[in-house]
Amino acid sequence: MTPPWWRSATFRLAAAYAAFFAASTALLLGLVYWSTAGLMARQTDDTIEAEIATLAERYRADGLAGLVRLLERQIAREPLGGPIYLLTDAGRRRLGGNLESWPRVEPDTAGWLSFDLGERGPSGIESHPARARAFRLEGGLQLLVGRDVRALRKLEALFTRASVAGVGLIVVLALAGGIVVARTSARRVEAIDSTAREIMAGDLERRIPRTGSGDEFDRLAESLNAMLDRIQALMDELRRISDNVAHDLRTPLTRLRHHLEELSAHPGGERPQVEAAIGEADALLSTFNALVRIARVRASERRAALAPVDLGALAGDVVELYEPVAETRGQHITLDTTPGAVVRGDRDMLFQAVGNLVDNAIKHGPTGGSIRLVVARDAAAVSLQVADDGPGIPAAARERVLEPFYRLEQARHTPGNGLGLSLVAAVARVHGATLALDGEHGLVVTMAFRPGPPGDDLIPPPERDSAAPARDRPPHPATA
Amino acid sequence: MSMRVLLIEDDAATRGYVARGLAEAGHVVDTAADGREGLMMALDGGFDLLVVDRMLPGLDGLAVVRALRETGADTPVLVLSALGEVDHRVEGLRAGGDDYLVKPFAFAELAARVEALLRRRRPDAASTVLAVGDLEMDTARRAVRRAGVAIRLQPREQRLLEYLMRNADRVVTRTMLLEAVWDYHFDPQTNVIDVHVSRLRAKIDREFDQPLLHTIRGAGYMLSADPPAGHERPAAAP
Repeated sequence: MTPPWWRSATFRLAAAYAAFFAASTALLLGLVYWSTAGLMARQTDDTIEAEIATLAERYRADGLAGLVRLLERQIAREPLGGPIYLLTDAGRRRLGGNLESWPRVEPDTAGWLSFDLGERGPSGIESHPARARAFRLEGGLQLLVGRDVRALRKLEALFTRASVAGVGLIVVLALAGGIVVARTSARRVEAIDSTAREIMAGDLERRIPRTGSGDEFDRLAESLNAMLDRIQALMDELRRISDNVAHDLRTPLTRLRHHLEELSAHPGGERPQVEAAIGEADALLSTFNALVRIARVRASERRAALAPVDLGALAGDVVELYEPVAETRGQHITLDTTPGAVVRGDRDMLFQAVGNLVDNAIKHGPTGGSIRLVVARDAAAVSLQVADDGPGIPAAARERVLEPFYRLEQARHTPGNGLGLSLVAAVARVHGATLALDGEHGLVVTMAFRPGPPGDDLIPPPERDSAAPARDRPPHPATA
Repeated sequence: MSMRVLLIEDDAATRGYVARGLAEAGHVVDTAADGREGLMMALDGGFDLLVVDRMLPGLDGLAVVRALRETGADTPVLVLSALGEVDHRVEGLRAGGDDYLVKPFAFAELAARVEALLRRRRPDAASTVLAVGDLEMDTARRAVRRAGVAIRLQPREQRLLEYLMRNADRVVTRTMLLEAVWDYHFDPQTNVIDVHVSRLRAKIDREFDQPLLHTIRGAGYMLSADPPAGHERPAAAP
């Protein structure tokens, strides 16, 4: 199950970048604001302060009449908008200026007043924002000097709207870009991931697809593919070496056996030691054969001759083959099958695996005991179970008995080479089947096959099967 | 009856060993050390059997078999290979081989398979009435009699006996029995075949003075009314 795209590392990175970018843009816009609209506001304040200083100076030099004259002159010079003046006595009665009455607002801590200015315009009374500062002159007079700041406020509003819209747009664009980038890269990572899974499932020939763009993903794919090539080359080499080792060891063993056989055929050669030596050579050969067999089964993943196999019929054949051996130990084998328990597999390998399980059950089960085979089928799996009432395998050792040459202490005296269950495990793996070892009393081994057969690119069934009995070729369930 | 066998094998030691063994068994053996030479000799004809190694210099063994089959020749071919297991055997049989043997093999196994392949060519191979000594089998009616006494056999025992009778007077290995009677290629790790054979022996030999089913030490079994003296072993139960 792939996680949703918004959980991907790339998307989270993109989101973080979007946030960072939005924050830095906001900071930049703030700076621009401070150096433009803010500067204008400060200049207005400076102008007002300077004017107050000039007016106060004139009042000290020329008295009230001089001040009023100066105010009149200033107003006349800029009749529209611009400066606002109001001169009152201590009782706030108007003595001069272009403002009707003292604005009914309290000054802020710095002595500044912000108020609305009613002005007769072409469309009746218009309200403009204004900013002013009050100044107390000697003799109880009060002077209000201000400016119409509607242009400034408009600029500020425009700036704020533009900033909010800009930052919002940047966030949206960055997020959208992040999603696109995240999904694109998620797809590329997904391709690598699915290839890796297929390789782990046994298809060692698979390679990561490349887009040819030469980007980081392509370079990664290239490196991984090169690594896979190397691993495969090493595995092939290992296989070649193990083939050679097995071959080189089996050949002298075969010759040794041949010499012993010739020796025993000569007069005086029929000594028990010669027989024993032949037996030992046979045991060694059988171990090497089993090792080579396991290596072959493991290496044959996806290359095995897979064809529909009826597990019920196969189990029947195994029982039929092993029953006489079981009877020599007074053991009884029962088989419980379900019709249509068909899996896609290699019948020789499966026969070997089930045979090994039954062989184990016979060897480790008590004399006179029973061995139970169950082949079952349900929606989830086709399973084959072999149960005995032998000593079983301690839970702690159940993983380890699947390793080659691992034998339980209690099993050391029984015949065998410790490879039987390893081979079963290898066969299960090739067939994509799970192998479970359980059992309270005795051992219960269950091989569970997925109903959907492993692999689609199968080689056609061997011709030998076309001559096989019809029971081996039931219609195969549709590939999942 | 002497047969002409062509052995195509590049490994000199194996070639010498197999050629000597087959010559001792009474066959006329020609050898070739590479695929091209072997194919030329095979195409000249006159051979009753080819033993071909899979890995050959020049032309690989399977290509030799394929080329031979394309000319319409139906000479039996036994493919030898250092490789093993199912996929390779299937490839070998698909290329036109009649049997497949994995190296290293016991010579007895090779000899038994060679005899079985040579015998396959004889006209009586399809006969439905078989007889070995006083043992008779009518394969069509699934009836077995010894000295006129009917013997009841299980279906598998019937197949086992039929195979032994068709290969009477020849050594049959345990592996050959597994492949021919049970149709599985695997390593039983136990004496399963011996137990089946001893059951069959109990049914066909126990009541009679002269044993027909003989254990050939180190090789397998032989059904014969007149076993070669050197091979006879006490028919001890395994």
